[in-house]
This record gives sequence, structure tokens and C-alpha cells, in this order.
Amino acid sequence: MELTKLTALELGGAIKRGEVSVREAAEAALAAIAARNGALNAYITVTGERTLDRAQALQAGAGTARSPLYGVPMALKDNICTRGVKTSCASKILGDFAPPYDATVVDRLREAGAVSLGKLNMDEFAMGSTSETSFYGPVRSPWDLERVPGGSSGGGAAAVAAGMGWYAIGSDTGGSIRQPAAHCGVTGIKPTYGTVSRYGLIAYASSLDQIGPLCRDAADCAAVLDAVMARDPRDATSLDGDYGRLLEGLTGDIRGVKIGLPGECFGAGLDGEVRDAVLGAAQVLKDRGAEVVELSFPVLEYAVPAYYIIAAAEASSNLSRFDGVKYGWRAQEYGGLEDLYRKTRTQGFGAEVKRRILLGAFVLFSGYYDAYYKKALQVKAMIKSAFDQAFRRCDLLLTPAAPAAAPRLGDSLGDPLRMYLSDIYTVSVNLAGLPGLSMPCGFDCRGLPIGAQLIAPHFGEGRLLNAAHAFQLDTDHHRRAPKGGDPA
Amino acid sequence: MKIDTDMVDYIAHLSRLELQPGEKRAMTEELERIVAYMDVLDRLDTQGVEPMSHVFPVKNVLREDEAAPSQHREELLAGSPGGDQEAFLAPRAVE
Repeated sequence: MELTKLTALELGGAIKRGEVSVREAAEAALAAIAARNGALNAYITVTGERTLDRAQALQAGAGTARSPLYGVPMALKDNICTRGVKTSCASKILGDFAPPYDATVVDRLREAGAVSLGKLNMDEFAMGSTSETSFYGPVRSPWDLERVPGGSSGGGAAAVAAGMGWYAIGSDTGGSIRQPAAHCGVTGIKPTYGTVSRYGLIAYASSLDQIGPLCRDAADCAAVLDAVMARDPRDATSLDGDYGRLLEGLTGDIRGVKIGLPGECFGAGLDGEVRDAVLGAAQVLKDRGAEVVELSFPVLEYAVPAYYIIAAAEASSNLSRFDGVKYGWRAQEYGGLEDLYRKTRTQGFGAEVKRRILLGAFVLFSGYYDAYYKKALQVKAMIKSAFDQAFRRCDLLLTPAAPAAAPRLGDSLGDPLRMYLSDIYTVSVNLAGLPGLSMPCGFDCRGLPIGAQLIAPHFGEGRLLNAAHAFQLDTDHHRRAPKGGDPA
Repeated sequence: MKIDTDMVDYIAHLSRLELQPGEKRAMTEELERIVAYMDVLDRLDTQGVEPMSHVFPVKNVLREDEAAPSQHREELLAGSPGGDQEAFLAPRAVE
């Protein structure tokens, strides 16, 4: 049995039946990391001994565990706080910061018997769509080492695709789970805003940030969400809901489900192979009994500017806490207090983070507040109502996750605006707080994975995951594993 | 909206960031391009649309004020680049 090729649920089952020990599973993942991470750079921190100690401690409870993910090794994006383990947001400014507490999502996963392998590389402060802005160097795609894995949760997507962990916990502010999932051929879901606690997630844009999993398939995503979705009194935006039972709801029966294809998402700017692959996915769903309807989503072109205005505004405020006083890194030489702030921030933040902080300060500047920030909040309201209208005609929307397969390393860094525009299909989902999922739906002529995005109304995770599960019952794109970085 | 280097100086000051002359020129051009693109929003009539900050109407979320242990001071101070066992240390702010 080649352990690293199993899904998280398959491995969890084998652990429960006593066919595999938790330690064997952890060792298999650590061996894959030792072999491939040098080339892929998906991990910033690998916890090695700590991982094996945890695995050893869990073994006694394996036979009687209630969680289907008990003993399954996984990893966390480096913007999620882990007690005593370096949490850097891939930024110089946080230095070797080791938080004094665990994020709520980490607490919940521990209760479900998760074994953490370490912390995953990402775009600095989750600002980027390629995982190239990391202080720790770019992540490389396991499908092609000269290409990016997508971002900002690119380390997680690359790790799951390359067998360096069975699932990853990422965060998605404008597509940062779904787009790297698409580029790496894995399944990722951003659940409804407020359904997974953000306590302990280092904030980028608080009204949009949401934690979610990147996995080998939709069933694994369901199992992880069952473990982590819950109301949390420590996150004032977290919502009450009827959580759990997503996994048991995966019947694969999608007869009569109405799937909407927004015409605007299949027009200009979309790569032809991506278009064909996503329309091919619609056909698979139709063959399983879903009904496909074409509809219009008229405000699509306004989503990217509205998103970048709101996200930058919130970032400029959220990132003011990094000043070299309370945690992380401090500039070596400075004059007075203000100079300490300025030198630390100037030397501690990378170019993309500075760009977004400055953009945020600009759009919040009193003279332009109405023209940009207020306008963006109005557009957000219109996008929400466009989705409301669409969901009166269908149960789910199907769109591409990204306009093209993964770009080459370096291509996006010199042209930030072009990188922003590549988020066109994902950002509106965050603006409306909806659940969105990306699943592998094919490969282009260069062998690069293509992702299809499914979007549901608020709290529609069950419907979303069941449609993806149905699709994966009839396809095997999600079962293909990349060779990049594998010396064997 | 035209972004010039004076504007970039001002927002850099507000953000406590320093830009070297070459960096400033590049940043001004990039912001100019990004903001020019954002002006596409002008084409959309938003008159009468209520700005939406949160999609769910959760407001003023309050809880009971219950006493609970806080983090240990030493643990919180341990992450500070300029702390000692007692406090966060920074240059004098008031003469």
C-alpha cells in the first residue's frame, strides 16, 4: 500500500482498522517531505520530532476513535497560530514568532485526532495569487517546477498534490484556497463566511477572510469541515448553524439539481482549454441527472476592483499592528519611536504587502473615501444581490476557478494588475460570503491541471460537496498525482 | 484620479513606510495603473444602493462579562523583539 497516494479518509480507515499505525503514516509523510520539499518549498517549518511524538501518543486511541480523520497527518498554512511553533505569515516582519496560543481551528483539529506535520509556505500575509511573494522564497508547482502553484495557499495545494500530507488547512480571502487547488489538481473549499472560526488566523481582510481545507477529494473536504465548522465565542463574526454530517450527506445523487452557467464567466479572457474542461464538467453533472441552465451574472467585471479596494483598506488597518514592538522582528538601527515603526515596517514588509497597505491608505483617504471605499461597499451589495437573483434560478453555479492554467514563475511579479485580474472568478464569492469549491476537471495540453468552481448559497456546503462528490465518482482527474520534485 | 509622488509620500507617511526615490517612482506608477483600472467602477450606477460592510446582519455581538484567566505575561512578552520580563520596551515617546 503506497500510503501517500491514499485519501485522508482511506488512510483514516486503515489507521482505525489497525492496518497502518499513526507513526507509519507520519513517517511516510515526513519521508515525502524530505524527498520533495527541497524542490517544491511548500513547507516553511517541518515539526519532525514533535510530529512523531504526537503520532505515538495518538496510537492507543486509534481503534476506538470517533473521527474518521483520527491519526491522519496534515499541515497548516503559516498564517494560522500554533502554540510554540513558528508562525511567520511568510513575512520577515514576524521573524521567528511562536504564538502563545493555538487558533480555534487548531484546537478543533487536535480534538479530531489530527497530526500536524508543520507550517506551509504562502504569499506574504496571504497577499498574492502565486505564492511567490513569500520571504522564504517561492513555492513551485509539483506539476511543473517552472510554474507557480497558485496562491496564496500555494504551499498547502502543492503539499497535498505531492503527497507531503493528506490535507492542508488554508485561508481564502479572494480565492486563496480555490485558485491554488485548481492549479495543483486538488479539491479545496472556502465555506460560508463565519462558519469556521477565524480566532488565531492572522488577519488580512477580516470581512472576507475564511479558513477552509485543501484535500485530495470532496469527501475529505467534507470530513475536515465536519471537524472544524462551529460557532466560536472568540470570533464575533462566527455564526450559529446546523453543523456536522456533511460527510454522511455525500450520496452522489444530484438528480434534479439545477446548475447555472453564468455567460459572463465563459467569455473573453478565458483560455479555450479551460473553457472546454469546465463545460465538460457541466456535461458530467448533467449525465448524472443535474439540470444545466444558462444565466447572466452582470456585475462580474466590477468584482475585482471592488475586492481589491475593500481588501486593501482592511489590510492597511490590520497590518498597522506590525511595528516591531509586541512580536516578531525589529529593525536593528532606529532613532525615536516613530522611526522604529517606520524602519521595522519598511525593512520587514515585502513589495506586494507595501503596495496593498498604500493602496488601502489611499482608498480610505478622506478626499477619496466616497469614490473608492464607499463605492466598493455599494458594489459588494450589488454583487450579493446578483447572486441572490441567480440562486432563484438555480441551486449551484459552475464557473472556471481561474482564467488559465498556472503561470510561469516570475510572470506575475512584474505586473501586479494582471495578477489581480486573474482572480476574476473567485473574488465575488468572498464579497458575498458564499461557499465556493474548486475541483480538478481536466488537464491542458501541457499536462497542467484545470479547476472548476462550484458556488452555493449561504450554508450550502452540503449541496456543493455532494455535487463535487458526484463528479468525482465518474472522473479520475483528482486521482492523478504529479511527479515534480520526486527524486524517485 | 491622478496619483503623484506627493500623494505617495503622504500615504507612505500615514502607513509608516519609507520609499527610496527609485522605489517611489515605481510605486507611484503601479498605484496609478491600479487606481486607473479601479475607475471602471465609475461606469456602474450605484445611486441609492446601501453600502454593505458585512453580508450577515451580525451587529454589536455581546457576551457576558465573565472573569477568565488571561495569557501568562511571560509568554506574551517572550515574542517581543524588545521586551524584558516586565514590559514591552520601545524608545521613549514623550520627552
